[in-house]
Amino acid sequence: MNESDIRATVLGILARIAPEADLTTLDPDVEWQEQLDLDSMNLLSMMVEIEHATGISVPERDYPRVSTLNQCVDYLAGRAAAA
Amino acid sequence: MGEFRMPSLGADMERGTLTRWKVSVGDHVTKGDIIAEVDTDKATMEVEVFETGVIERIVVQEGETVPVGTVLAVLAAGEEGAAAVAPAAVAPPAEEVTPPATRVEASPLARRLAAKLGVDLATVRGSGPQGAITRTDVEGAAAAPEVAPTVPAAMPAPEAETPVPAPAPAPAGAPAPAPAPAVAVAEVPPRPAPTHGADADRRNAMRRATGVLMARSKREIPHYYLGMHLDVSHALRWMEEANLERSVAQRLVPAVLLLKAVGRAARDVPQMNGFWVDDDFHPSDGVHLGVATSLRGGGLIAPAIHDVDQKSLDQLMEDLRDVVERARTGTLRSSQMSDPTLTVTNLGDQGVETVYGVIYAPQVALVGFGRIMERPWAENGLLGVRRVVHTTLSADHRVSDGHIGGRFLAAINRYLQEPASL
Repeated sequence: MNESDIRATVLGILARIAPEADLTTLDPDVEWQEQLDLDSMNLLSMMVEIEHATGISVPERDYPRVSTLNQCVDYLAGRAAAA
Repeated sequence: MGEFRMPSLGADMERGTLTRWKVSVGDHVTKGDIIAEVDTDKATMEVEVFETGVIERIVVQEGETVPVGTVLAVLAAGEEGAAAVAPAAVAPPAEEVTPPATRVEASPLARRLAAKLGVDLATVRGSGPQGAITRTDVEGAAAAPEVAPTVPAAMPAPEAETPVPAPAPAPAGAPAPAPAPAVAVAEVPPRPAPTHGADADRRNAMRRATGVLMARSKREIPHYYLGMHLDVSHALRWMEEANLERSVAQRLVPAVLLLKAVGRAARDVPQMNGFWVDDDFHPSDGVHLGVATSLRGGGLIAPAIHDVDQKSLDQLMEDLRDVVERARTGTLRSSQMSDPTLTVTNLGDQGVETVYGVIYAPQVALVGFGRIMERPWAENGLLGVRRVVHTTLSADHRVSDGHIGGRFLAAINRYLQEPASL
């Protein structure tokens, strides 16, 4: 799974969790919790779906490293490359 | 013969629209089966049947809006139904929940008053727990003109029918874009078809229903408020260590610990757990916590998690995910809306430090949690940094006072200091 695939996967997950959001206006460098009004249950659902789609389990201590779209893509791409 | 009625799915629900039948005449149904969908001012919900039998007659058709308590269908105890009902009468299932809202119930006072005033209880909509008819309901029925059995459907198309967005299609070979102020349009999966009119109608109806209920609460309930800062450092460390051994899907969130602590404390201090009906407090046998859940796009709903004090943290986590997911996708079940005995609201994710809640009548208390924050904390003459949550209690002075409320908050704190026992 390359970076482009990962980005599309993450955006797909966001679209399911926040269906009313206009993701075309999402700033990839601003925390999505703030932009998309996500709560802790939404974030947990995201992590579950990310693991399901990519096979990568994000430990809780790394949550701060995946709090924007670009951070998340970079983190997952790095983990995928290291696997 | 049994009657399947429009359930009361909250104290603020006066009527509902039968949006979909999932059964037909002649179908055999078993207690607990989802047999219909109902649209209220707040959400679309799946409605369970609380009797086993055969659908003999459909009384209310899809699209009709009827008052709470209206007979929607008639069930006959056919051969299969009778066979299934009989054993249940001898040995009810251990997990049987609180009596359903589909059964017409009334307090003794309401029955006596109805007899005195000549009011037929079958025509009265109950506003008490599980839709029970109260003295106030009977007085209202005696004073009000006769209510038409049905009213024309006025609700918008059910939200549950709105298509869920499909999984994101992989972009056709699109290269990874350079960081940009916004996401490239080509990367973004399609949004669901807009339903502005229906969504706006639903939001307006929800705001009206919330307004009516909250105004009644502030008017009738003599609230008092208490607050306590709770050190949750130990509980969170325990949870984080426990999560290391769990898969992502099984991880706990802080809200589960808080819910369980409230459930245990409510068992210890029963004056917080129950209903104010007919000028009297009726403590609840079970601890069923209403979980205030914000809906995406606006609005609030408080589905119930049943028997919170009896469940493991794992089971509670599963239940919490289920009710939140169902609330946000319009697939709540009637049993999840019918009988919360105490409501918990947690606005910590929004950065709120302190919640001053309005009690959800006929309940008698509400617990609010703010954001978990690192704070300087002095203990035994030493200053340290702890993770702290400001916990508030809104309670009904007709049932309790500050001393009892303080005991309740102290009990929540005590349970949170022993997370392994939760």
